[in-house]
Amino acid sequence: MLDALAGAREDEAPVPPRRGRLQQLRRHPTVVIGGLILLLILVATLAAPALTAWDPLLIDPLARLRPPSADHLLGTDAIGRDLWSRTIHGGRVSLIVGLVVAVFATTVGLLIGLIAGYNRLADALLMRVMDGLMSIPAILLAIALMAIAQASIMTVVFAITVVEVPRVVRLVRSVVLSVREQAYVEAAVVVGSRTGKIMIRHILPNTLAPLIVQATYICAAAILIESLLSFLGAGTPPEVPSWGNIMAEGRAYFMLAPWIILAPGIVLAITVLAINLVGDGLRDMLDPRFARRL
Amino acid sequence: MFAYILRRLLATIPVLAIVALVVFSILHIAPGDPAAVIAGDQATPEQILAIRAKLGLDLPFHEQFLLWVGNVLRGDLGTSIFSNLPVGHLFLQRVEPTVALTIATTLVTVLLAVPLGVLAAWKAGTFIDRAVMSFAVLGFSFPVFVVGYIFIYIFAVKLQILPIQGYRPLADGIGPFLSHLVLPSLALGMSFMALIARITRASMLEVLSQDHIRTARAKGLPARQLLFDHALPNSAVPIVTIIGVGVALLLGGVVVTESVFAIPGLGRLVVDAILHRDYPVIQGVLLLFSLVYVFVNLAVDLLYVVIDPRIRY
Repeated sequence: MLDALAGAREDEAPVPPRRGRLQQLRRHPTVVIGGLILLLILVATLAAPALTAWDPLLIDPLARLRPPSADHLLGTDAIGRDLWSRTIHGGRVSLIVGLVVAVFATTVGLLIGLIAGYNRLADALLMRVMDGLMSIPAILLAIALMAIAQASIMTVVFAITVVEVPRVVRLVRSVVLSVREQAYVEAAVVVGSRTGKIMIRHILPNTLAPLIVQATYICAAAILIESLLSFLGAGTPPEVPSWGNIMAEGRAYFMLAPWIILAPGIVLAITVLAINLVGDGLRDMLDPRFARRL
Repeated sequence: MFAYILRRLLATIPVLAIVALVVFSILHIAPGDPAAVIAGDQATPEQILAIRAKLGLDLPFHEQFLLWVGNVLRGDLGTSIFSNLPVGHLFLQRVEPTVALTIATTLVTVLLAVPLGVLAAWKAGTFIDRAVMSFAVLGFSFPVFVVGYIFIYIFAVKLQILPIQGYRPLADGIGPFLSHLVLPSLALGMSFMALIARITRASMLEVLSQDHIRTARAKGLPARQLLFDHALPNSAVPIVTIIGVGVALLLGGVVVTESVFAIPGLGRLVVDAILHRDYPVIQGVLLLFSLVYVFVNLAVDLLYVVIDPRIRY
């Protein structure tokens, strides 16, 4: 009861002005640091053609396995392609996959989660399916999905979305279940608001903060899984450079030319790190209840 | 308590059924003819027909499913399309390195991560705490294969103190066996360690703020005893839970780790199967790893009763 009262008072609190948000950002520097790194990587991949004189697909047999130099910033691979160029071009695949999967998985997960949270029968059924899906290790499920489909960016997106949806469903459902017991939702039911209206007006807004946080983690996970799939030969087709398949091609030459693997690998790790920093910061900022629990 | 155990055992059945259904139907959600998918682009119509007959793909879906489940229950996981050997037979050849790797990783991870988390909670807010938490974020962001290659580069290529790749069975002696497992299990355990250290810290912080800990501290109990005898057992439930959940991370990571370190285990079997589109093998490993995950988490749930006598269901 006390909780409900406290909750009600929080809801009535005036919306913080814009300056408040900026101050909040200052208190959570990880969001700013992660965001800046991400922005840098985003600009580098978008402006890739302007940042290098080399075509990422240009083969130069005379310049095989060159170490990093002024001419080839990150060296060249086994058939003389420039690695700096391949790495910044390869980032496009990773970022597209990360972003698209984050949007798809949260949207689909939100819909299923809302249904599960509001209908007992659907809940029992859907949650058993989600439990089953979550019992299958994510990477393996994605591998199996890729093994039956033609390698393309779309199938990679589909496979990773399938893997990530159950986590979103669980999150949304738990929010719905806790919110619908709140006094103000009960009040809305009592005064006769229609279910659809209650969902959109009272329940949906409560899911947004945790969903945004979850979306950043999904984006990071999707980038990781995409690179793993490509590394194992089950991801993006070889003619499209991606961090995973650049690394895969460097495996045979690791002793001779470790930069082929280390360059895209470290960029990949920094990207994922930046997204996780943003996610952790956003979690502390938007969802303090959840932050305390973790 | 027995009612709880029984209920938990029964609750596993629907999960197993769904896992089986998902694992089985993956082949069928692909657009087009599954037999053609398996046979590949250069297959002749005769080959496609042969595969269809071999996998029973001309039966209705539910009959195929029941047939498959029946076979699996009898230990028949089908036949590899590439090597023509029974999948179960391939598993037996490959299982030892994978079991060794997962056990080594779990041990290394828990032995390193739990003390780290305890230390961070004890020194909360200090430099040590921030260092441990930064390590946790880093560990979670660096993919297994990147960590693996960085380790190989530092410890095997530059310092030359550990073998680069490969696996030695226990039969070759304990020294080579362990030295070949050090780098793979550290690389594989990195994200797992990050996860456990984080949860241990959070759980310990909660327990450390309680009255009985204050009392223990007030009566002058040494820190080591306070942390490991009084606080840690009380924060064990979330830690054990996350270890169970993290097994999924571990089993997925095995595939990549074995590939990076050239370990001839089940993970490598899957990677080779991708290249040959050997679907029965992929399906078999998928089912096996999922079952391991389900049963590990069943064991974790049952362990609660032992770890925490307060839990009465």
